Amino acid sequence: MSSVRREVIVEAAADRAFRVFTEKMDTWWPPEHHIGKLPMKNIVLDRRNNGDWYEVGTDGSRCDWGRVLIWDPPRRVVLTWQLTAEWQYDKAFITEVEINFTPLAEGRTRVALEHRNLERYGAKEADIIKSVGSEGGWTLTLQRFAAAASLRNAHTDPAAKRSSPAT
Amino acid sequence: MTNQSERFAALADPTRREIFEKLAKKPMAVGEIAEGLPVTRPAVSQHLKILKEAGLVTMRTEGTRNVYSIDFRAIASMRSYLDRFWQKALTAFKDAVEKENGS
Repeated sequence: MSSVRREVIVEAAADRAFRVFTEKMDTWWPPEHHIGKLPMKNIVLDRRNNGDWYEVGTDGSRCDWGRVLIWDPPRRVVLTWQLTAEWQYDKAFITEVEINFTPLAEGRTRVALEHRNLERYGAKEADIIKSVGSEGGWTLTLQRFAAAASLRNAHTDPAAKRSSPAT
Repeated sequence: MTNQSERFAALADPTRREIFEKLAKKPMAVGEIAEGLPVTRPAVSQHLKILKEAGLVTMRTEGTRNVYSIDFRAIASMRSYLDRFWQKALTAFKDAVEKENGS
């Protein structure tokens, strides 16, 4: 299980920290980190279990990022992050981001974030290669590759034609 | 740097695809990989060499055995990217929360 953990201590009560995190994401989200073609207008988190999480572009178009897995204000929220390594939303690809807000002395709050299931990025890559390798798309891909790489014999590779031995 | 075309080419061979799919389940030594395959061990080693050169599998030595696994460098780069991303995001978040204080 591969994950990234980060935490920060803020000079604010947990309620406020939770609210800024979930309701005002676009005031702090690094604006260059988004998936739409156009710049982001805002980020929407539908604040309830199973609520959607998405960006809205300057033209009003919507790009999904994930959804709310656990809505537990003002201490914890778990989101799904469904962006692949190619920065595409994929309904079937799920990693999780959990954020915990812990009150500390003197009105401070520890905000601890864990982004987990990152091993799925590797599994996904293996899946893509496997599916290309096992389905009808394979021949086409190989032909394209052969054309691109001028590898004349790729599609007549004797190894690829070898028949299975009798069982 | 290995490109996608080299990977596809390496997986054009059905035996290599089978080996790769076995390793997708768990890391294995050559002997275990060869079990149930219609090729000799030296042939398996040769296929592994090609998969390794294509950046699809990695090898580590455990005692006298060479253990092969899928190359998860894709995870490593994604992980460090997300690590930097969240560091940056949380720093900006701290600024935003504290700016809001008293407002």
